[in-house]
Amino acid sequence: MSDVLIWHRIHFAFSITFHYLFPQLTMGLAWFIVAFKILAVRLNDESYNQVARFWGRIFALNFAMGVVTGIPMEFQFGTNWARFSKFSGEVVAQSLAMEGVFAFFLESTFLGLFLFGEKKLGARKHLLAAIALAIGSSLSGYFIIVANAFMQHPTGYRLGNDGILHLESLRAFLLNPWAFWQLAHTMMASFVTTSFVIAAVGAYWLLMGRNTHHAQICLRAAIVAGLASTVLVAFPTGDRAGRMVANHQPITLAAMEGLFEGGPYAELAIIGQPDVNARRLDNPIVVPGLLSFLAYGTFGSTVHGLNDYPKSEWPHSVELLYYSYHIMVGLGTLFMLTMGISAFLLFKGKLMHSRKMLWVLMLAFPFPYIATTAGWWTAEIGRQPWVVYGLMRTAQAHSALVSTGDVVFTLLGFAGLYLLLGNIFVVQIVKEINRDITATH
Amino acid sequence: MEAIWFAIVAAMLAIYAVLDGFDFGAGILHRIVAKNDIERRTVIRAIGPIWDGNEVWLIAAGGVLFMAFPRVYATAFSGFYMGLMIVLWLLILRGVAIEFRSHQEHLLWREFWDTIFSIASTLLAVVFGATLGNLVRGVPLDKDGLPGMPLFTNFLPRAHAGILDWYTILVGVFTLAVLAIHGALYLAWRTSGPVRERSVALASQMWKVVLILWVIVTLATIFIRPETIASHASRPWTIAFVLMSIGGITGMYVFPRKGRELSAFLSSCAFLLGLVATSLSGNYPYWLRSTLDPSHSLTASNSISPGASQAYVWFGAGMVLTVGYFTYLFHSMREKVGSEGEEGY
Repeated sequence: MSDVLIWHRIHFAFSITFHYLFPQLTMGLAWFIVAFKILAVRLNDESYNQVARFWGRIFALNFAMGVVTGIPMEFQFGTNWARFSKFSGEVVAQSLAMEGVFAFFLESTFLGLFLFGEKKLGARKHLLAAIALAIGSSLSGYFIIVANAFMQHPTGYRLGNDGILHLESLRAFLLNPWAFWQLAHTMMASFVTTSFVIAAVGAYWLLMGRNTHHAQICLRAAIVAGLASTVLVAFPTGDRAGRMVANHQPITLAAMEGLFEGGPYAELAIIGQPDVNARRLDNPIVVPGLLSFLAYGTFGSTVHGLNDYPKSEWPHSVELLYYSYHIMVGLGTLFMLTMGISAFLLFKGKLMHSRKMLWVLMLAFPFPYIATTAGWWTAEIGRQPWVVYGLMRTAQAHSALVSTGDVVFTLLGFAGLYLLLGNIFVVQIVKEINRDITATH
Repeated sequence: MEAIWFAIVAAMLAIYAVLDGFDFGAGILHRIVAKNDIERRTVIRAIGPIWDGNEVWLIAAGGVLFMAFPRVYATAFSGFYMGLMIVLWLLILRGVAIEFRSHQEHLLWREFWDTIFSIASTLLAVVFGATLGNLVRGVPLDKDGLPGMPLFTNFLPRAHAGILDWYTILVGVFTLAVLAIHGALYLAWRTSGPVRERSVALASQMWKVVLILWVIVTLATIFIRPETIASHASRPWTIAFVLMSIGGITGMYVFPRKGRELSAFLSSCAFLLGLVATSLSGNYPYWLRSTLDPSHSLTASNSISPGASQAYVWFGAGMVLTVGYFTYLFHSMREKVGSEGEEGY
C-alpha cells in the first residue's frame, strides 16, 4: 500500500465516522418528533409539545453538525478519490445528485420552517414541516445507501471500452437488492441509537427528580421503539444483510467471522483473537455448525474459509474487520437484553421507580454509537481490497496528483476542527438537557 | 446534451450565488449593520430559516456536476485540493456559528460566534470569486490532469499561476463587494429598525464602489481572456445576461431612493444572476481551460457522461418540487423581522 493511499483512507474514514455520529440520530429523531406532536394533539397534553420542542432543539444542533460535516463528504469523492470519481461517477453520482435534489432541498427548507416557529406557522403547518423533515432525512439515507450498495454490489452498470463505468439501467441501480436490506438495517440501527438517547435523557431527568412527567413520556416512547428496533436491527434486517455478504462477498464473510479453514458445519466464533500470520483464531469460544446455518440456511452448508482464497484478495485488515463485526453483534445482543428488561419493567409499572435500571439506561447511550460505527467499519473494511467490489481496487482509486503533505495537512485540520466542534457540541447538548423544559424558548 | 447539462449546472451555480449570496452578504455586514445583541438577532432571524436551504444549491450543483461531468468534478476538485479544503473549513465554521450563537445568552459567546460568522462569510465570498476567476483565467492542465494547485505562486496570472493571483484576487474582491451590497439590500427589505436604516445607507454608499469594480474586473477579464469577446459575439443571445446586469445595477440605484426595497433587492438578484451567467456562458464550452495546451482542456463535450440522458426526468421533477418548497418557505416568512419576538431564531 503506497504511503499516500493510507493517508487518504484515514482521511475519509475519520471524516465519515465523525459525520455519521449526527445523521444516525436525526434520521430516527425526526420520526419521534412527529410522533410526539401527533400525540400532543390526540391526548390534548401540552407536555408532549414541550417534549417535541425539546427534541426539536436537540435535532437542530445535531442537524447543523450533520450538515457541516456532511458537505466535506460530497467534496472528498473529488478531492481525495478523483480516480474513483472518474471511473464510477456516471453511475454512483446519479444517487448523490438525487440526494441533493430530492432529500437535501426538502430537509433544509422544511427545517427552516420547523425552526421558524410553531406560533408563526400554526400547529398544523408545523406538524407538516416536521413530517417533511422526517421524510427528507430518510430519503437522504436511502440515496446514500444506494451509492454505497453500488460499491458493495454493483448493479445497473456497463464497463465501457473507455475503461470507465456507464449507466446501463437507472432502475437496476436504484433498486439494487443490496440497498434494500442495507437501508432497512441502517434505519433500524438509527432507531436503536435514537431510542437509547431519548431513554438516557428520560432516565437522567427521573433520577434527578426533574421534569418527571416529560421524562416518563420520553422513556415510554423510547422503550417501546427501542424494543422493536433492537430486535428488527438483528432479525430480519441484519440477518438478511449478512446473507448478502455471504452470497456476494464470501471472502469478507470468512474474514468477519475469523474463519480460516472452511467446510460444512462451519462454527460461529463468539469470541477469540485472529492470528492472521498463523491463520488461526486464538482462545476461541465457538458454536459448532451455526455459521453454516446463519449464512446459507442449513448446518451442512459449506462456508469457505480465508485459506480458500489467495491473500491478495483478503481485506487489508482482517483483524480490524473481525473486531468491528464482533463488537457490533455483541453490543446488538446487549441492546436487545437491555430494552427487553426495560420493557418488562415498564409493562409491570416498575421502570419509573427502578433506579438501577434507570442508571443503566442513562449510561447506555454511547454504545449504540459505537455499534453503528463498528457496523459501518464492517461494511467498509469488509469491501476491501475493492472500492467498487470486483471492479476497482482501492489502491487505484485515490487522487494521483495530490501530495501526501497536502493530505496529512488537511487530515490534521479536520481532526483539530472536529475535536473543537465536538466538544462545543457536547457542552451545548448538556446545557439544553438541563434547561427548564416548560420554557418556550 | 452536453450543452443542456452545462447550462443546468451553470444555472444552479447562478441560483446559488443569488440565494446564498444574500446570507453571505448579511454575514459580511453582520457586525457593521447590527451593533447590539437585539440587532444581531434581527440579522440572524432574517436569514435563519433560509440559509441552509440556500447552501444546498451548492451541494446539489456539485452532485449534478459529478453526475453529468465526472471528469470535470474529479479533476477540478483534486486539482483545487487545498483551496477547496479551506472552503470546507470555512463553510463548517460559518454553519456552526449561526447555529451555536443562539444556544447561549452569554455576551462573549455571541460576540465570538458573530465574529466567526463575519470572517468566514467574508473570506468565502473572496474565495468563491477567486474560483470563478480561475475558471476564466484557466489552469495548468496537462495530459494527466491537474496537479495539485498551489494557493499562490508569484501572483501573476501566467501559465503556472496559483489559485490566487492578482486577477483572481480582483474577482474575489469584486465578489465581496457585490455580495455585501446584495446582503444590504436583502436586510433593507427584510428587517425594520436600525438594522434596516444602516443597511439602506450602506447600500447607497457601496453602489459606486461596485460599479467601479465591475468596470475594472470587466477590463481585466478582457485583458486576460480577449477571446471572451469573440465568444459572446458568436452567441449574441448571451448579451441578454449583460443587459440583465446593467438593468440590475440601475435598479439598485433607482429603487432604494424611491423606498421600493423589494424591487431594489430583486434588481440586485438580477445583477448577480447576470454576472454569473455572463462569465459562465462566456466560458462555454470550457469547464477547465488549460493554460499549457488547449487540447488538454476539459470541455462540456469531452467530459459529458452519456448516462446523464437518463437523468432528465428525475431532475425536472426534482426542480419542480424544489421551486415549490422555496416558494412556500419564502411566502411563509415574508413578514419583516423586527427586534420583537423570541421564538425560533
